[in-house]
Amino acid sequence: MSSITYLEAIRLAQQKALKEDPRVFIYGQDIGVFGGAFKATKNLAKEFPGRVLDAPISEDAMVGLAIGAAIEGMRPIVEMQFADFSTCGFNQIVNQAATLHYRTGTPCPIVVRLPSGGTPGSGPFHSQSMEAIYAHYPGLVVMTPATVEDAYTMMLEAVALEDPVIFCEHKFLYYHLKAEKLPKFPGEELPFGKARITRPGRDATVVAYSAMVHEALAAAEELTQDGYDIEVVDLRTVRPIDTDTILASVARTGRLLVVGEAWPWGGVAAEVVARVATEGFGLLDAPPQRLNAKETPVPYHPALWGTHRPTASSVANSLRQLLEL
Amino acid sequence: MTKAKSPKTKGSQEKSSAGATAGVLTGELARRAYRTMLEARLLEEKLAALYRSGKIVGGVFLGRGQEALSVSLGVHLRRGDIFAPLIRDQAGRLAFGDTILDTLRTYLGSSLGSMRGRDGNIHRGRPSEGYHAMISHLGAMVSTVCGSLVAKRFRGEKGTVGATCIGEGGTSTGSFHEGMNMAAVEKLPLIVVVANNQYSYSTPNDRQFACSDLLAKAAGYGVQGHRAVGNDLVDCLTVIGEAVAAARRGEGPQLVVADLLRLVGHGEHDDASYIPEALKKSPLGQDCLELAKQSLLEHDWLSEEEAVSWHKAVEKEVEETASKVLREPAPDPTEEDWNAFASLGRNL
Repeated sequence: MSSITYLEAIRLAQQKALKEDPRVFIYGQDIGVFGGAFKATKNLAKEFPGRVLDAPISEDAMVGLAIGAAIEGMRPIVEMQFADFSTCGFNQIVNQAATLHYRTGTPCPIVVRLPSGGTPGSGPFHSQSMEAIYAHYPGLVVMTPATVEDAYTMMLEAVALEDPVIFCEHKFLYYHLKAEKLPKFPGEELPFGKARITRPGRDATVVAYSAMVHEALAAAEELTQDGYDIEVVDLRTVRPIDTDTILASVARTGRLLVVGEAWPWGGVAAEVVARVATEGFGLLDAPPQRLNAKETPVPYHPALWGTHRPTASSVANSLRQLLEL
Repeated sequence: MTKAKSPKTKGSQEKSSAGATAGVLTGELARRAYRTMLEARLLEEKLAALYRSGKIVGGVFLGRGQEALSVSLGVHLRRGDIFAPLIRDQAGRLAFGDTILDTLRTYLGSSLGSMRGRDGNIHRGRPSEGYHAMISHLGAMVSTVCGSLVAKRFRGEKGTVGATCIGEGGTSTGSFHEGMNMAAVEKLPLIVVVANNQYSYSTPNDRQFACSDLLAKAAGYGVQGHRAVGNDLVDCLTVIGEAVAAARRGEGPQLVVADLLRLVGHGEHDDASYIPEALKKSPLGQDCLELAKQSLLEHDWLSEEEAVSWHKAVEKEVEETASKVLREPAPDPTEEDWNAFASLGRNL
């Protein structure tokens, strides 16, 4: 039986968007004939002549171009070669795309794809998780799909939304994660902005997103040996953040651990903890906890990298501590 | 501070304005341009007065001395074109279709203005009508206009152009460079007008760039370059007219550089004491509005009587519009939807 990778799901979603919506075009470095650094646009330039365009190494202008095209009614998708390089387009994203609708009433429907997160050997400049910094800015939707099906569904949602979307696709999941088939009716299972209870449980809630969902699931599995039943919530989008689903889960379990691959300072995990502490304090049987990357740049060597980021084993340890509080 | 004009850069594609544009400039166009310059000048004088009396908050940024250059771009654009003006482009904005009314509304924060009190002063526009609303970050609008032109190309539209303005200081930004290079790669019908007003806020050109002539950048980007005398309306109309026509003909991006002097501070809070008297008294410091009037009189395109009656009429319109806008409602924080998102009709 054939299987579809997370990366292929993103490629297929873009293909579907190009096919069904003449307003869609893709712009990025090496994405044309070459098919992209990760091949997320493989064969698309050939299939859709003139609509999958190589860009100069100009992240600021790439986003600026997308904004101008969106103003004129197009639905551009910008591929950053790595999430890390989106810092060079940061100004256009946060100051122009994010403010346009509020200031002028003209929507800015662009999608900026960010190949995100760490893989062994990628080092400080090809490993970053940028979701928190973009989610900070009102006006930006930030998506962090953790499954093949979500990568597909949410890419199509991103193109359809009227707002600028930062699409954080995890490079570690590109090839490892596979599904047998893609949803026939994307978006039918869950509406945009809704978190998923990936694994129901009763003893503690782990809130995670993107690649960390899989570390959390492995940790939950490990803890079954200790007799614990852990609930795992996949945020899916970090902005909007589905506080209702999180609070409902904490109401069932009484304990919260939030896991993020990014740094803790002012991050998504901090935001979840703050929301639960302020809106659901009475639901908690123990202080809410978070587990993030170590507070250094992302290291190069696999041994250092594997310790820098949360893993199934460090999530399991954090859970054991939480369950004893 | 004035930079010596360098000989033409070898290999540059600079076009001479003389003789290349016969037939572009008409008395009618010059009259419209002058009238709009006058509107911009008198409107800005009112804005300054409103600022000094505390009616305008934040800042007021005037284009005094740059009206000839700015208006020359505005009058050569038409409906369907894209225009992203910058801070000293009141004249170009009015020529493109912005109004005295909406300018006053935006500066005074009227809830009836296009920005509804959510943004102010020069940060205004109607993007859905091709009139982009600048952000403060210099150079950013170059690529944005490129994007709108790419959209038009996707739609198969021909003959429309996009234009943006910037100062010499803005040419130091990465955004300017990226946008120019991108426009050249995509061969877009983009006109970029650089007003070299010698000072970026207070910083003189010798602390801003080291090239002897900003127009040399045109060759570096592989685009056509044009030089205009920034305070000479007839020259600006001629040169920019040719640049816009070239872009419309499909000859790709056009870079226009004009030397001039800002005759006010960076904003009304700034007395511009850093500009030497000698420079103010040099030909560069001559007021383009005065020069334009003389030129139109000499060409017999305008009479003294008309000049006086236009002045009175514009003054009256500005005064009456300001009085009206001062009575308009300010935005009400309790009615504001406080929503930065477009998709779901609620904040996310």
